Amino acid sequence: MREFALGRGEALACALGLLLASAGGTLARPFTDAAGRTVELPDRIERVLPAGPPAAVLLYSLAPARMTGWVSAPRPEALPFLEPRTRTLPAYGRLTGRGGTANVEGVLAAKPDVIADSGSLGPTYASLADKVQAQTGIPYILLDGSFASTPNTYRQLGAALGLQAEADALAAQAQDLIDGVAKAIGATPQDQRPRVYYARGPRGLETGFAGSINTEVLELAGGRNVAESGDGRLGSVSPEQVLAWNPDVIVTLDPAFATAIRTDPLWRDIKAVQSGRVYVVPQQPFPWFDAPPGINRLIGLRWLAGLLHPDLFPEPMPDVVRRFYQRFYHVGLDPEQAAALLRSTVPDTAR
Amino acid sequence: MSRTVLEAVDAARGHWGFRVSATLLSGFVLLALALLALATGKYPVSLADVADVLGHRLLGLPARASATIDTVIMKVRLPRVVAALVVGAALSAAGATYQGLFRNPLVSPDILGVSAGAGLGAVLGIYLGLPVAPIQGLAFLGGLGAVAVVYGIGLAVRRQDPVLTLVLAGVAVGAVLGAGISLLKVLADPYDQLPAITFWLLGSLSSVSLGDVGAILPMMLLGLAPLVLLRWRMNLMSLGDEEARALGVETRVLRPILIAGATLITAAAVSMTGVIGWIGLIVPHVARLLVGPDYRRLLPASLALGAGYLLAVDLIARTAATIEVPLGILTALVGAPFFLWLLAAGRRRIA
Repeated sequence: MREFALGRGEALACALGLLLASAGGTLARPFTDAAGRTVELPDRIERVLPAGPPAAVLLYSLAPARMTGWVSAPRPEALPFLEPRTRTLPAYGRLTGRGGTANVEGVLAAKPDVIADSGSLGPTYASLADKVQAQTGIPYILLDGSFASTPNTYRQLGAALGLQAEADALAAQAQDLIDGVAKAIGATPQDQRPRVYYARGPRGLETGFAGSINTEVLELAGGRNVAESGDGRLGSVSPEQVLAWNPDVIVTLDPAFATAIRTDPLWRDIKAVQSGRVYVVPQQPFPWFDAPPGINRLIGLRWLAGLLHPDLFPEPMPDVVRRFYQRFYHVGLDPEQAAALLRSTVPDTAR
Repeated sequence: MSRTVLEAVDAARGHWGFRVSATLLSGFVLLALALLALATGKYPVSLADVADVLGHRLLGLPARASATIDTVIMKVRLPRVVAALVVGAALSAAGATYQGLFRNPLVSPDILGVSAGAGLGAVLGIYLGLPVAPIQGLAFLGGLGAVAVVYGIGLAVRRQDPVLTLVLAGVAVGAVLGAGISLLKVLADPYDQLPAITFWLLGSLSSVSLGDVGAILPMMLLGLAPLVLLRWRMNLMSLGDEEARALGVETRVLRPILIAGATLITAAAVSMTGVIGWIGLIVPHVARLLVGPDYRRLLPASLALGAGYLLAVDLIARTAATIEVPLGILTALVGAPFFLWLLAAGRRRIA
């Protein structure tokens, strides 16, 4: 979608970048990223620029002190849940993917030692990474953004940044969390798992079909995506389709939608609405279920699994939240904050 | 003398007879299509269910169908069928009017920037995270505002050809509004808002309620009234300004009235459904091939054809796949080839 043709200014910036890279004079070491690209990394990495929102969350959780900035500025509501140093970092925009907005000269001015991206490893993104690297002279590493490879992605990023011990710890905790949920749910037969509809958009009529990155967590949490017959992308559906699916549970990012459907005749008959099982995804500092589909979904996995199978997860959710936020987001929440984070997201009818 | 009077009476009887039978026939076809549409969809409903629900609702017969089937027919499909009929008719009438006013066969209802303005309004609403009703309100105001600006420019720039000035101003204003839409798309959250914006702009009837239809119906009727009442004068308008004025038509009064009417119905339609292209461009041409260029017959024919066409296309859109195929895509895919075929087959009549 985006062209990387070199304009005059960009050519200048490119030359400047190469000059900076060579003038740095740090020792280089080869690093093979998740897409199989071998990149020369400087020995000491102090400044890392995330290329997109999933990479920003990943980087923040591992090395907040080394972030040069955000992709988009954190919203005011998110600030209490972020480490103080990172609250005022500048926003540089997206470097790849649809609608890249980062200014290449701005990126160069940030003087990152490395650019890190997390997401699809397909040829499109690999070649985009090559182009940005060639243009800026800054090494660009691509990491696997799929949810299942989260622990491995932590270890790889740790190896790249020289933070192996910290990365291993996060990888182990992520693995524990994923395994713990999988083990608890494993015995539940498919036909006893709740059927879940993921409602997106202002009317709640857009959804992620089974296999889409947006609903990866849904099935891992022991739910069945009612929208199973798509091609793994986002799509819009009609209200009667949702009625025909008659989901047991609805998950949405939008509190206004969750409130509206309680009185809307189109939705009133749906099992999830009648039984009060409409859940709004907690949003701060990063949404728990999607948007972006990054490591922020780890806590969402445990949250949704607990909502779908309350009997299988006896540990109180506020405790889980506090521990997760301490380890991954570097903030200590008091019990009231953790409870509020959870309370604001479940409409009154549910519990 | 008396013979010619008799002939005239005969001709008139034949003329009226033809019109009555054509009106009846199109009425029957539309009714049959509407019943078929009420009985078809993702939620299993039989024709007997449709008869039950309609009998209960219209004639007060005892209700036998389940509450959910009642909801599907009355709250999902009926609004959709009514909306498809109204919007298809309105866009086609607006297209026929604009084509006559601008004496140009390539003109469609969004020539003066209605769609771009409505699109920008809706996108702004989604970007700001507003509920659905204000999003639709912003879209409606955006559409009217865009045409008001274009018309204001047309008044301010006093050129010899007011029609050309309007078209050029429409192109320019449309481009600026399109840029605004693109800007908001770039700024929007790529994982949540951007898909919502894309789906909204593509045009769909999937979540239309009777309330929505009720809200736009008065504006539709208000906009249609001058078009229908003044349709014989449109024959004169399409001769061009000088000729029309020579025949006693006040173009300076008539043009703004007709533009206001066509704009009002287009803005009302687009605010509810999003952008549905091609209908306003093609249906008037098909009508012209069938009944000739006389607006006294062309306008009713456009209304009926447009209503039936959008109803049929919407039926495909909501049954072809699990996802809703956006209407704007189907109207182009179905309409353009059909139009080309008609153009080739009916070229003698056009000439």
